[in-house]
Amino acid sequence: MALLEVKNLGISFGGLRAVDDFNLTIEQGELYGLIGPNGAGKTTIFNLLTGVYKPTDGYIMLDGENITGKKTIEINRHGIARTFQNIRLFSELTVLDNVKAGLHNHHPYSTLTGILRLPKYYRVEKEMNERAMELLKVFGLDKEAYYKASNLPYGQQRKLEIARALATDPKLLLLDEPAAGMNPNETQELMKTIRFVRDEFHMTILLIEHDMKLVSGICERLTVLNFGQILAEGETTAVLNDPKVIAAYLGE
Amino acid sequence: MNGMKTKTHNLSRTTKSNIITYGIVVAAYIIVEIFLRAGMVSSLLEGLLVPLCMYVILAVSLNLTVGISGELSLGHAGFMCVGAFSSAFFSRCMEEMIPAAGIRFTLAILIGTVFAALFGILIGVPVLRLKGDYLAIVTLAFGEIIKNVVNVIYLGRDSRGFHISTKDSISLGLEQGGDVIIKGPQGITGTPNDSTFLIGVVLILITLFIVINLINSRTGRAIMAIRDNRIAAESIGINVTKYKLLAFSVSAALAGTAGVLYAHNLSTLQAQPKNFGYNMSITILVFVVLGGIGNIRGSMIAAVVLTLLPELLRGLNDYRMLIYAVILIATMIFTSSPGGQEIQERIKLFFERKKTKEA
Amino acid sequence: MIGFISYLVNGISLGSVYAIIALGYTMVYGIAKMLNFAHGDVIMIGAFVVFSTVSGAGLPPVIGVLISVVACTLLGMAIERIAYKPLRKASKLAVLITAIGVSYFLQNVALLIYGANTKSFTSVVTIEPLTLADGALVISGETIVTVAACIIIMIGLMTFMKYSKSGRAMLAVSEDSGAAQLMGVNVNSTIALTFAIGSALAAIAGVLLCSSYPSLTPYTGSMPGIKAFVAAVFGGIGSIPGAFIGGILLGVIEILGKAYVSSQLADAIVFAVLIIVLLVKPTGLLGKQIQEKV
Repeated sequence: MALLEVKNLGISFGGLRAVDDFNLTIEQGELYGLIGPNGAGKTTIFNLLTGVYKPTDGYIMLDGENITGKKTIEINRHGIARTFQNIRLFSELTVLDNVKAGLHNHHPYSTLTGILRLPKYYRVEKEMNERAMELLKVFGLDKEAYYKASNLPYGQQRKLEIARALATDPKLLLLDEPAAGMNPNETQELMKTIRFVRDEFHMTILLIEHDMKLVSGICERLTVLNFGQILAEGETTAVLNDPKVIAAYLGE
Repeated sequence: MNGMKTKTHNLSRTTKSNIITYGIVVAAYIIVEIFLRAGMVSSLLEGLLVPLCMYVILAVSLNLTVGISGELSLGHAGFMCVGAFSSAFFSRCMEEMIPAAGIRFTLAILIGTVFAALFGILIGVPVLRLKGDYLAIVTLAFGEIIKNVVNVIYLGRDSRGFHISTKDSISLGLEQGGDVIIKGPQGITGTPNDSTFLIGVVLILITLFIVINLINSRTGRAIMAIRDNRIAAESIGINVTKYKLLAFSVSAALAGTAGVLYAHNLSTLQAQPKNFGYNMSITILVFVVLGGIGNIRGSMIAAVVLTLLPELLRGLNDYRMLIYAVILIATMIFTSSPGGQEIQERIKLFFERKKTKEA
Repeated sequence: MIGFISYLVNGISLGSVYAIIALGYTMVYGIAKMLNFAHGDVIMIGAFVVFSTVSGAGLPPVIGVLISVVACTLLGMAIERIAYKPLRKASKLAVLITAIGVSYFLQNVALLIYGANTKSFTSVVTIEPLTLADGALVISGETIVTVAACIIIMIGLMTFMKYSKSGRAMLAVSEDSGAAQLMGVNVNSTIALTFAIGSALAAIAGVLLCSSYPSLTPYTGSMPGIKAFVAAVFGGIGSIPGAFIGGILLGVIEILGKAYVSSQLADAIVFAVLIIVLLVKPTGLLGKQIQEKV
């Protein structure tokens, strides 16, 4: 059974058909790319998958469960976490607290326990700190744990966003243009990190990216989107050599 | 290894800062008590002690909404009003049944706090969907409604039980010897004066304990995450409505506590524009902003300084509120304008240079 | 029935005053994105200037009103220049607190000059009242002038915004001040002009308000200011027709509430209606819906 199965997904904004008849199947452990020109509807698909928008047609199955039309927080609990194209960190919180916020649902204690500082508070906070530091270490952010998130350099902010998403212990990780704004060296490093995350956490990853080096370097399969519809899909090399895809990117 | 080191270092830093905050309150109490015993406090200042405690609680609790939760509320005085009237009503009714002031006042505090919390939830549920200035104006509206409604309530008691009316005392139809407890615009008279400076200080410490521990917990993190980025908070599974409502109602509850303190410091409790109107909510907001958004200790200090300031300026008589206004504007321009910030930077640099020279 | 119509007329009259204040509020909000809490106190200053010049110095009402308009215009521009301009890039809360400071300042200046006692304001309107339905319905001269002034001001403002260069500059700045600046609009002078117009309207509103409700104190402007802001939010803040409709509706609700429900609960009713409108339509009756992009 595929981890993610999307069938005939579609959404209209007023009269505009932003995404139409979108199908996608991702297997457990795959590194999958979603590419396409600007305005093709890639981020809209992320927003549909994470419940920011409700689809007008079609359905989304995650690990055998129908999550179509569910709320964002429920979908996160079912196992989808994401990053954002325009970074959305908790800018006034520390780097550590950003990740701990991601651990919110996995290390619970009640508000009253927190206020009264019952033994459970200390125990769970300690667990959270340890887990968060582990995650930060993976991304080389452990030394910056007590920095304010907004004080991190851009590339590290992107990594922190991935760490925070992973903290929610997802089955599927969605990365929205993770390499945007990075220089080639940073991109190289990011590619390593993404691969590492997939291997270490046995994660399934779907990413949107414009950087073709990154896409061809790490994605196993691709779907190309154009004007809200699928233009091509399949093995990365085959798709990137498809004349239709080249035409869409270079313009006819 | 390195990371662990910084962790312990930082944990102790927040703890240290909190201990300082509690310490300031205790120290202030001891100093004032010494001066009181020595008879060095003017009766005017002595009369201000309980209101000062009340303002501190109001400022700290509003900071939870405005600073930590990031929602602009202009209706804080409304919750204070709920706490004041519900508790004063209770104390009036129970004065004979529970003669022990300590037990009665403890119960009154709980009742005022719980009622204000209930109103916080009741108002928060519909209102917290709105954002920014819209939320501000709707909270202001709710505050005014509470104040206005309290002014038309007549509530009396006789041997048959309680009677309520929105017209006047006569339409309550009380038996001979019946007691009108809430008299519309005349409010509640004869509330036992149970509030003392010591109780005020204890309530400040409890408020600080609740607010500080809440902020530094899983719940506080969720609330601040929502403040910083609602969409990202949702994406990691944080229930936005729940935590916004929680912050709002805890804040309302503590405003209710302050209201209890207020009501039991006066023999006559009336809902007027100057004590429960939007002007009061704004006064509290000024404390919060000048003390530093999200800075609990700052709120506390600002509440004390700004309450005392008009009294210290009393010598200047008619000009004191004018000077207060000028100070307010000047402070905001100094702290928030690019020009003012530049001056601050220069001052900082000057002192740093001096330090390095000395070293 | 006549009673109802009479209340309705009074409501429209009061609503027209709210609408004029709300127009100033909404323009300033639209352009400077700030709650100008001191706007209500400019109304009070406007009324006091007329009080001094007409009742005090014995000048003809028209001259008094003109002086008041000029004085408030200058006052509004001065407030903007001294208190708000340095905070153009500061947080909304910082600006709000500054506006509250300005409000306290104006109230206390008036308190120092005129004292706390209520002054009785002599109406500046000399038009004869209109008697209808065989004397059963009397429409006062103040009402006629107030409603007429409101309509003229609204039409004038809409024409100004649509056809004049400065008006279009205002629209541009309210839409996106950064982009407007890049297109060569002088943002600073546009904001100053907005404050000038808003404050001139406040002066007129002050005179009209006190002509109908003649008691004047340093706090006279505070509540009408808040209610006008409620009216602006009610109609959809930033929208000129919205402020007009919001103002009129608010005045009518307030007067009818006073007449038929309870004079003490009239304000509560006004605020309750606002809450209901905002909960159903979170940006007001004519407000634009803006969705956050993810």
